Amino acid sequence: MRTKSQKTLHHVLLTVFSLVMVYPVIWWIGASLKSNSELSSPGLFPSVPKWNNFTDGWKAVPGHTFTDFYMNTFGLEIAVMLTTLISCTLVAFGFGRLDFPLKKFWFSLLMVTLMLPGQVLIIPQYAMFHQLGWINTYLPFIVPHLLASGAGGTFFVFLLIQFVRGIPPELDESAKMDGCSWFGIYWRIVMPLTVPAIVTVMIFCFLWNWDDFLGHLLYINSVDKYTVGLALRMINDSQSGQQWGQLLAMSLVSIVPATLVFVFAQKYFVEGIAKSGIKG
Amino acid sequence: MNRTAAAPLTEAKAAPKRRSFLKRWDAPIAGYLFIMPWLLGFIGLTAYPMILSLYYSFTDYTLMEPMQWVGLRNYTKIFTADDKFVTSVKVTFMYVLASVPLKLIVALLVAMLLNRAVKGISAYRSAIYFPSLIGGSIAVSLLWSNMFGVDGFFNKILAVFGIQGKGWITDPHTALWSLILLTVWQFGSSMVIFLAGLKQIPSDLYEASSVDGAGKLVQFFKITLPMLSPTLYFNLIMGVINAFQMFTSAYVITNGGPMNSTFVYAMYLYERAFSRYQLGYASALAWIMLLMIVVVAAVIAGTSKYWVFYETETGGRKRK
Repeated sequence: MRTKSQKTLHHVLLTVFSLVMVYPVIWWIGASLKSNSELSSPGLFPSVPKWNNFTDGWKAVPGHTFTDFYMNTFGLEIAVMLTTLISCTLVAFGFGRLDFPLKKFWFSLLMVTLMLPGQVLIIPQYAMFHQLGWINTYLPFIVPHLLASGAGGTFFVFLLIQFVRGIPPELDESAKMDGCSWFGIYWRIVMPLTVPAIVTVMIFCFLWNWDDFLGHLLYINSVDKYTVGLALRMINDSQSGQQWGQLLAMSLVSIVPATLVFVFAQKYFVEGIAKSGIKG
Repeated sequence: MNRTAAAPLTEAKAAPKRRSFLKRWDAPIAGYLFIMPWLLGFIGLTAYPMILSLYYSFTDYTLMEPMQWVGLRNYTKIFTADDKFVTSVKVTFMYVLASVPLKLIVALLVAMLLNRAVKGISAYRSAIYFPSLIGGSIAVSLLWSNMFGVDGFFNKILAVFGIQGKGWITDPHTALWSLILLTVWQFGSSMVIFLAGLKQIPSDLYEASSVDGAGKLVQFFKITLPMLSPTLYFNLIMGVINAFQMFTSAYVITNGGPMNSTFVYAMYLYERAFSRYQLGYASALAWIMLLMIVVVAAVIAGTSKYWVFYETETGGRKRK
């Protein structure tokens, strides 16, 4: 058995380490309230908090406020999450429950695309979407998600398949006896039981699309369609005599949604990573 | 995984022969209807673009002018007369070789610490995971470029210890390391995966070896590491694939500079494709990147039989 002092040492170590990990974030909160001159001074928090970093930062892009950018981003997120929900659960049910010719072949291709580096597809997809006239619309994000091939789509299908396979097949059998169609089994039996995995998928779908900076950078080029990430980069690039306080304040606000998701759905989060080996 | 998929299939094959061809499967058509979204996506958004990209790589496609077949010219130019290609490959390998092992070592050590904590584990885990949650965002890249500037927060900490700081991001010798540090800071996902792996190691292994007088260090190398090797293998492969594609932080924090010291491969790909619109040339770069990743992954996979240990006697399924 370990002694009490060993246990204490253990907790002290973990506490110190946790603090080191979150210290930059604490500094960030303080810095977002500082003026430019105070940023280079020591001390976590400014003597007089400059709250207008937030209010001025909110209007830092001429002709727009961050309200517009958040509306754009949330609109995109809702569309992408809905399409992912529909496509990925259907596909997962197909692979997880049904038998059909060449199933193993298709499943092994699915596993290969799981490993495929996304950057190989960027150029040809860009050329395709360009020819379709989809540049500067949200279609390059929504259509791939509708086909279970958006950011992380294959991962979601894989995670859901694993989950669907864990649901006892006896439930389907009795439903089949009662004359339930495959779609009925999917909709009435498997879907309700898959809710925990679906929550995990929705969380990661939200986060990855929020952080899909390269995708947004490529396909969206007019300011009125900008997402939050693009707006942040615009402030960073355009301001002469950079207003670091405003920039840090707006950056800080942009991580609030992810933080809230994390706080309220931590259980799904950790299980999702542990079970599927999902990247963060 | 494959075993469970195969079971119903073999059962169906063993069924009486007089059933018609399609009856061998319980849902030959419905199955395809269900996987249709993915199937269309795979064909239209993965397979076809891959072929398209291979074709582009032999042309001088620019989106604006008609495409011209140039044969192997893009490839010969990349390998013989492209200094930026050489630079970006060097920088990328530096980044991969430093960030992936460092991240895995930190993740494993912290996971082991966490695995022994009984009280407050979820609080610690949240604090340690938090950077990984937000790490990929442009917001954190902006934070980093401020923190590691000349007047940044990092230099102030050094000043406390009496060390003279410098512009970590503006110095070509340290710029890449500040990006590596940002990557390592986000070890949370690997840690959570390690933690799940550690929980699977039966505790009687440790108890039995303690009775035999094995020390902690011996236990680590003889029990923990071998038992964890499949998890380590998975984390390593995924880490390498991700690290090769690193883009956002290099683009936002340093924009490839100073003196191309953070000019990673993905940035070069982006520059050729979307600043100069040389989609043919960039496609050739993309295929070379894919081959590099495949080769590195194959090397890791090839060595895996020497160090990845699969427990065979338990046999049962790990996932519920």
